[in-house]
Amino acid sequence: MAHLSLTNVGKTYGGSAQAAVADVNIEIRDGEFIVLVGPSGCGKSTLLRMVAGLETITQGEIRIGERLVNQLDPAERDIAMVFQNYALYPHMSVRDNMAYGLKNRGESKAVIEERVAEAARMLELRPYLNRKPRALSGGQRQRVAMGRAIVRQPSAFLFDEPLSNLDAKLRVSMRMEIRKLQKRLGTTSLYVTHDQLEAMTLADRLVVLNGGRVEQIGAPLEVYRAPASTFVASFIGAPAMSLLDANVENGQVMLDGHALAPVAHEAGPVTLGLRAEDLRITPGGVPMRVDYVEELGAQRIVHGFVGEQALAIIDTSEAPLPETVHLGVAPSRVHLFDARTGRRIETASQPVAVPAE
Amino acid sequence: MTDTPLSLAEADSTLFTRLRRWWSGETANPVKRVQFDRPLTPWMFLLPQLAVVAIFFYWPSVQAVTSSFYLEDPFGFGATFVGLDNYTDALTSRGYMSTAAFTAFFCVVVTALSLGLGLLLAVKADKVIRGAETYKTLLISVYAIAPPVAGLIGMMFFDMHMGPFTQIAAWFGHDLRVGIDYWDTASALIVISVWKQIPYNFIFFLSGLQSVPVSVREAALIDAKSGWRRFCDITLPLLAPTAFFLLVINITYTMFDTFPIIDVIVKDKPANNPMTLVYKVYLDGFKGNDIGGSSAQSVILMVVVALLTVLQFRFLERRVHYG
Repeated sequence: MAHLSLTNVGKTYGGSAQAAVADVNIEIRDGEFIVLVGPSGCGKSTLLRMVAGLETITQGEIRIGERLVNQLDPAERDIAMVFQNYALYPHMSVRDNMAYGLKNRGESKAVIEERVAEAARMLELRPYLNRKPRALSGGQRQRVAMGRAIVRQPSAFLFDEPLSNLDAKLRVSMRMEIRKLQKRLGTTSLYVTHDQLEAMTLADRLVVLNGGRVEQIGAPLEVYRAPASTFVASFIGAPAMSLLDANVENGQVMLDGHALAPVAHEAGPVTLGLRAEDLRITPGGVPMRVDYVEELGAQRIVHGFVGEQALAIIDTSEAPLPETVHLGVAPSRVHLFDARTGRRIETASQPVAVPAE
Repeated sequence: MTDTPLSLAEADSTLFTRLRRWWSGETANPVKRVQFDRPLTPWMFLLPQLAVVAIFFYWPSVQAVTSSFYLEDPFGFGATFVGLDNYTDALTSRGYMSTAAFTAFFCVVVTALSLGLGLLLAVKADKVIRGAETYKTLLISVYAIAPPVAGLIGMMFFDMHMGPFTQIAAWFGHDLRVGIDYWDTASALIVISVWKQIPYNFIFFLSGLQSVPVSVREAALIDAKSGWRRFCDITLPLLAPTAFFLLVINITYTMFDTFPIIDVIVKDKPANNPMTLVYKVYLDGFKGNDIGGSSAQSVILMVVVALLTVLQFRFLERRVHYG
């Protein structure tokens, strides 16, 4: 167990001018669960593989504990990795798959036996120890891959989209298992996913990546409540935050010519961010033309247009909807972003989100 | 099928109706089968292949087995039935047994070397990134050389007057006399046969290596520091199906397909040169005109190869893991 620190880490592939990963600075505390999240091609897997030693590091430093690991072989870094397609050794039994790494580190037979038994008990793999991976289901294989990581008792776990090959139901239960296991073992973990729901539910802190750069680092709720940019705003949360062109006039956000909420910001064009769950249908306010409705049972998502701009709101009533509804929002739930750079504008009416620690 | 018309038809399936349906190409389950309007049509499609197998494999085999029981006149005027004499003659002859011993030795050495070197080159080529295509093409191109040509090229290398290998051997004080000295000839046979077979093994090993999943290799990279350990524990077992296939093919190659190479090297050479059983079959049959004895030898060879293949499948294949 150890803390992990990434300082100005970057990666440029040979023959490419564009950096795949650039200027990443993350300090990970001992025992923390960090989720790297972003769309495909954002460099999250590359970053994880750089920590594992499967990709070379072209800039910056990665430290595991106090050790600088830039030049170390993957086997010397004291990490364990869980791969997306499990990467089990197909010719070895479940037991040998888990024991292989320990054997190579010269652990005694008794220690290996004990740790494999312990992992098998934790992961409920005992009946399958003598089976080959091909005789296991996807979820069981995933557990063997977890077991292989656990028995090594590494400084850090690295997860590379470990759940994306599982079906939706299994994914939810495995997600819970991973979280509980990590809490119990207290091992520092770095987890890569493109699924924002997985990221929200697992992470102590999220690292949102875009185009090889860190957009925002923070606790899930902090990122949700105060996204640092329009990119983060549209990526975290479902349904995605609606981003609209708006104007600030006389201390009011004006949307399509209607005043929505008071804000303390100078006049001018802004990008307005509204979460569907923050919007309410009110007797008066900004009119929205209803386009279509998604019924989810407990609630419904109403999609519509204000002027020409698309917007979604969550409505919990079951009353039939008129063609045009009027919207209201609490001033504290209005997000403003710079119309040009897309960065968040902190306004006085918004309480700065409290870090969930 | 519980369709009424068919089950009704089946109910009164007398011999005649069944014949009629066979002739008109009806089957019980029309979905599962390709339909031909006449039952003979599929046989027509099969005919060329069956003819090839019958004419070039079964017929000569039967001929070989029958003539192995006869003592034939060298000029083809008559044959006398001699029972198993041809077999006992062959198996008790010192010349035959020494050829058999050399064949076994040749088989083991050539198979081991060509498999080993093919694997070594494949492992190295797999790691090459820059110029990988050129490298592979150069290695594979040898495979396109016909065996007799390979034999000729080899002979040039081992030529007693101008061959570079002869000169290299001379530097070490050895007078290399291929075609005259038994073991010098044997070495030349082995070198040329191995050289000819390496590309074949290389292609298969390389594709085998490339089918090992990248993530499995990466997992091994995290689990084991030593490259040699990773190779022995992970890569090699995953290559086992390829290696097993190549083992069977290579043994067959050394037993049979080295014929042209041996022919080029030992033909018209004066002394007691090494040769394999197949070459001896040819020599005794066509040069010595002993058709019966040569047939007996070829039957023995057939049995030995069949046994060998069965043994390989019985005892080796069990240890092979197919992905």
